[in-house]
Amino acid sequence: MTPSRRHSTLPLATRREIVPRIGYGLVLVAAVLWLVPILWMLVASVRPQSFGGPGMASLIPDAQPTSRNFIDAWEAADFPRYYLNSAIIVAGILAVQLVTITLAGYAFARVAFPGRQWLFYVFLLQLMLVPVVLIVPNLSMVARIGLYDTLLGVMAPYFASAFGTFLMRQAFASIPRELEDAALVDGASVLQRIRHIYVPLALPAFLAFAVVSVTAHWNEFLWPLMVINSPDKRPLTVGLAAFTRGQEGAQSWGVIAAGTLLVIAPLLLLFLLFQRRFINSFVTSGIK
Amino acid sequence: MPSPAHPQTSPGVEVADITVNSLPARDVKAPRRIGRRASLAIGAYGLLLPSLVGLALFTYAPVAQVVWDSVHARRAPGTAPSFAGLANYHAILADAAFRKAAINNLYYALGTIIPSLVIALGLALALARSDRINNLLRAAFFMPVLVPLVAAASLFLFIFLPNVGLIDFYIGRFLAQPPNWLGDPDVALYSIMVLTVWKNAGYYMLFFLAGLQAVPDEAYEVAYLEGATSWQRLWHVTLPYLQPTTGFVTVIALINVVTQVDHVFVLTKGGPSDSTNLLLFYVYQQAVESYDIGKAAAGTLVSLAVLVGVTAVSLGTLERAFGGRP
Repeated sequence: MTPSRRHSTLPLATRREIVPRIGYGLVLVAAVLWLVPILWMLVASVRPQSFGGPGMASLIPDAQPTSRNFIDAWEAADFPRYYLNSAIIVAGILAVQLVTITLAGYAFARVAFPGRQWLFYVFLLQLMLVPVVLIVPNLSMVARIGLYDTLLGVMAPYFASAFGTFLMRQAFASIPRELEDAALVDGASVLQRIRHIYVPLALPAFLAFAVVSVTAHWNEFLWPLMVINSPDKRPLTVGLAAFTRGQEGAQSWGVIAAGTLLVIAPLLLLFLLFQRRFINSFVTSGIK
Repeated sequence: MPSPAHPQTSPGVEVADITVNSLPARDVKAPRRIGRRASLAIGAYGLLLPSLVGLALFTYAPVAQVVWDSVHARRAPGTAPSFAGLANYHAILADAAFRKAAINNLYYALGTIIPSLVIALGLALALARSDRINNLLRAAFFMPVLVPLVAAASLFLFIFLPNVGLIDFYIGRFLAQPPNWLGDPDVALYSIMVLTVWKNAGYYMLFFLAGLQAVPDEAYEVAYLEGATSWQRLWHVTLPYLQPTTGFVTVIALINVVTQVDHVFVLTKGGPSDSTNLLLFYVYQQAVESYDIGKAAAGTLVSLAVLVGVTAVSLGTLERAFGGRP
C-alpha cells in the first residue's frame, strides 16, 4: 500500500473480473440484511404500538410516529448520568494514554538504550494479555489500591497502551532526524523536542489512535460491570444492559429500541459526519 | 511479497515549513558525545516509566496473581488460602460447565472466524473500487463495528424473539416450526455466532480492502495473458498476495473470540444448559456469581494460554504489523 499505488488507476482485481456481477448482486442483498437491525431500531423506536404486538417486527415505518418511547426510556433510566460517566471514562483514558504513548513511542523510535529489544517484547505481549481477560485479578488490584466502584478504577488498566506506543513509534520514526538535531543544537530538552517537533508532525497518528481508543472504551461492558457497583456510576453500556433487562420483562420493545438508539447515536453520528476519518483510523489500528 | 496491510502511519506531511525558532536559542556548541549517550539512556527509562508502571500494575502483576490464585484454595470460607497444587485445575476439568464452555469456544471460533473472513474477503473484492455507491456500501457494512456489543445484543434480543420477533415475522412463516433461536440448546450458539459475524465482518473487510491495494497490476496482467479464469486468478494471484493480511486478520479475530462475551451476557447468560457458555463468561460466573477465585483463576489461565499460544505463532505477523523490531 504505497501512497503512489493509492492514486494509480484502480487495481485489476476490482474490474468485475474476480467477483462477477452475481457476486455484486449478493453484496447488495447482504448490505440490506446488514442494515436490517439498525433499520428496525429506527422504525421501532418511534412506533406507537410498542408492546410486542404481531406488527412489532415490521420494517415499514408507521404513519404517525411518536416520541413516547424515548420519553419512557429517558424516564426509566438515568441516561444523562450514564452519558456523563461514559464521557468521563473515555476522556480520562484518552488523556492519560496520549501522554504515556507519546513518551514511550519516542523512546522506542529515537533512543538507543540497553534492554530496548527486551522491553519491546514486554510491550508486545500486552497486545495479547488484554485487560478484559484479566478482569478477575485486575479487580482485586483495583480493590487493593482503593479504586473499587470508582470511574478511575474503570480507567486505570488502560492507561498504558502497547498498541498506541507502537503506533506512535512508527509515526515518530518516519519524522526526519535532522529536525531534531537542529533543535538539539539549539539546546532544547527532550520534552521540548517531543512537544515542538514530534507531536505536531504526528497529529494524524494521534487522531487515528483517539478514534480507536474512544470507540473501544465507549463500547466496553464487562470490565465496568465488574468495577462499578453504585447505579449512579454506571457508564452507558452497563446502564443499557440493566435497562434492557427491566424492559424485556415488560415486553416494551419500542422502549428498548429507543434506549439502544440513545446509546448508539453519538458514535454513529460522528461516523456519518467523519466517515473517511473513522475508516482510515480503523485500518491503521489493527488491534483495538 | 508485499508488506502486510499493516498500520501505515507515515503521515506524508510536508516538513519543510516546520519552525523550531520558538525554542529558546543558545550558544551553538558541539554536544559531548559520551555524556549525551548516557543521559539519553537514563532519559529513555524515564520516558518509558509511566507506561511500565501501567503494564506492571495491570498486566504483569495480575498475571502473577492469577498464577498464584490458580494453585491456592480456601479450605473453609473465611480462612486464609493455602497451597492446593493442581486442585483448581482438576476442579474446572471436572466441571461439566467448564468443559462445555471450552468446547463451545472452539466451535464459536470456527463458526465465527471462517464465515467472517470469507464474507469480509468477498465484500472487499466486490467493493474494492472506490466510488460513491461502493463507499456507501462499505459504510453500511462497517456500521455494526461502532455499535457496542451490548447494544447489538439488545437489538438481537428482539430479532431472535419467538413468534413476534423479526426473524420469525419475516422468515418464520416459511418454516413449519421455526426454532426458538435463543432458547433451544441446539440452536442458541449459532444465533450468537450470527450476531458476531454481523458485528465483525465489516471490520475485517477494511483490512482486505487495504491488502488488495498492494496486489500489483502486473501480476493480473500476466494471468490475463495466460488466459486464467477468474477463479484461477483468485487462487493463484489475489489470495497469495493477501496472505499476510489474512494472517493478521485471523489473529485479531482469534483475540475477539476469546475476549468478547458481552452479547452472551445480555442474550443468554450462557444458557440454556450452558449451550452458549464461553470461557471468559465462565470465568466471570465463577468470580462474580460463585466467588470461586481459584476456579476463576484456573479458567483465566486457560484463556491466557490460548492468547499466548496465538502470540507465539503470530509473533512475526505482529512484529511486521507494528513496523518490525527496534
